[in-house]
Amino acid sequence: MTYLPTAEHDELRAVVRELADERIGPRAAAIDETSEFPHDLRELLARQDLLGTCFGEEHGGTALDTIAQSILVEELARADATTSLIPIVQKLGALPIILAGSDEQKDRYFPRLASGEWLIAFALTEAAAGSDVASNRMRATRDGDEYVLNGSKRFITHGSVADVLTVFALTDPAAGGRKGMSAFIVETDTPGFAAPRVEHKMGIRGSPTAELTFDDVRLPSANVVGAEGEGFKIAMETLDRSRLSIAAQAVGIAQGALDAAVAYAADRQQFGERVVDFQGIQWMLADMASQTEAARQLTYAAAARVDADAPDLPYWTSSAKLVAGDTAMRVTTDAVQILGGYGYITEYPVERMMRDAKITQLYEGTQQIQRLIVARQLLQRAGVARQG
Amino acid sequence: MKIVVCIKQVPATGADKRYTDDLRLDRNGVEAIINPLDEYAIEQALRLLDDGSVESVTYLSMGPEQAAEALRRALAMGGDEAVLVTDSALAGADEWATARVLAAALDKLAPDVALTGMASDDARGSLVPGAVAAMRNVPLLSYGSELKVADGEARVRRLSATGFDWIAAPLPVVASVTDQVGEPRYASLKGIMAAKRKPLETWSLADLGLAGEDLAGGALTHVTDARAQEAKPPTERIENLSAVEAAAKIADWLAARKLI
Repeated sequence: MTYLPTAEHDELRAVVRELADERIGPRAAAIDETSEFPHDLRELLARQDLLGTCFGEEHGGTALDTIAQSILVEELARADATTSLIPIVQKLGALPIILAGSDEQKDRYFPRLASGEWLIAFALTEAAAGSDVASNRMRATRDGDEYVLNGSKRFITHGSVADVLTVFALTDPAAGGRKGMSAFIVETDTPGFAAPRVEHKMGIRGSPTAELTFDDVRLPSANVVGAEGEGFKIAMETLDRSRLSIAAQAVGIAQGALDAAVAYAADRQQFGERVVDFQGIQWMLADMASQTEAARQLTYAAAARVDADAPDLPYWTSSAKLVAGDTAMRVTTDAVQILGGYGYITEYPVERMMRDAKITQLYEGTQQIQRLIVARQLLQRAGVARQG
Repeated sequence: MKIVVCIKQVPATGADKRYTDDLRLDRNGVEAIINPLDEYAIEQALRLLDDGSVESVTYLSMGPEQAAEALRRALAMGGDEAVLVTDSALAGADEWATARVLAAALDKLAPDVALTGMASDDARGSLVPGAVAAMRNVPLLSYGSELKVADGEARVRRLSATGFDWIAAPLPVVASVTDQVGEPRYASLKGIMAAKRKPLETWSLADLGLAGEDLAGGALTHVTDARAQEAKPPTERIENLSAVEAAAKIADWLAARKLI
């Protein structure tokens, strides 16, 4: 057992940080201000092979371990949370196929996803079904050798820019969401599909969060992921792993805010002294640094459990996302405090980071859902889980 | 058609540079990078590889063992193989000794074009390309903003006071290029992974048929003094004023220095 990063991890961090500092960070304020998806940075990440890290080499990916994937997300998020979502969602959307897809589906989609030629998104949430996934209402009706999808999805990250989606719909409404939901692959040029609206958000403003509508969207049965009725299980197993990306994103946002706060406090003079030399500021910075480091190490520990396919991996990934999301919120809020009035204006990046941090407490399971998952695992371990 | 790009590992730009007692640069604990001006030579060579003008790109460096890291970084950007010439007799080598070693290594590698950056970021001598060309008795095409290789000759586009010239010479040549070549590419993830499997040879002076005495102890020149750059005075800041007041302050500051 080792707690030190490998030389490969250090090298990856250095390479991504250089790219992020030089090419992504300088774009972050404009991406936020215009709320425009950074197509240029998507192309840059694709060119640098950074959108294929979760795919095997046989499909043109680089098959990085989950700690390395976390480092990638972290370093991108340190510069710009919106841009870090590009590899995050590429993995999120592909995870159902990675976990339950057929070889034919993998061969059909993974090369184009690994190269970054195509983007994929994950369409689970509905207007009336957020945390309560099982109350999804979207329908998929069998019609001969095809399925016909009808309904709508909401809050779908990259839903309006993706080329393909993994979509969850009820194939057996009588059985309910847990037993009657199935997963489908939907190419977004399929007739009947539309992304009519994107949300206006507090943060991650360059990342389009779309409403999706499905009006008699016909799919071949070859597009079912896994078996009919396995949708809920596939969705949960996906989220058990994907929420770790959000933990890494939160760590990156926190680190970005901490670095900005240190730089500012070292430069700013008040009462004839550098602000960073005031002990009150040092205590704040020390708390921010140690809490960010704790969140980072928990994220890596959880990542190692994902690679080991540990039976209690939800305990680890939910703990990491819970701790990292709350840390990002606290650290970015303190960074704004350290910058004072300058922290509250768009001239400095910390107000954006504070707005971006908030989403890490909400998406891929709210912090309250993470606590439910952690508690459930805790009670199971203790042998006091409620029966039935 | 084969290009050898000569690169140098230097302390990171902006790194805190210190000197040893014998007035050499203390490389211990200082982050080392590929000389930024050499990255343009790498980019130029890789563009010629991309467009099919050349078949292979080899990197050559003379330096301590850790200079292999710079060669791996170059291989991650692209290209085929690398050679590091390292030998304890080379510590403190000056431009002449460096050129002598590179010329001997180039004799062995026999490229059509030996390509360099326009200067190194640490010593800034700009002497090595010319010295290597003279020692190998081949033409020098220096300070190119672009290099082309075709039909048995190399050409560089060199900016001049009135426009630019294209200067051609028959192969083989030594050429140097400037930062006008175009932005050096970032190493891709696959490039970094592939670089670990690319051949990187280490040669000693003996491998080049040279002995320490051929290099006059590594240098013809002697450093008599070296000191770190004096710290700049703190930046004067004009803050928390209206634009009109700030402009007046700036004008006063410039006028006091007879700059306006």
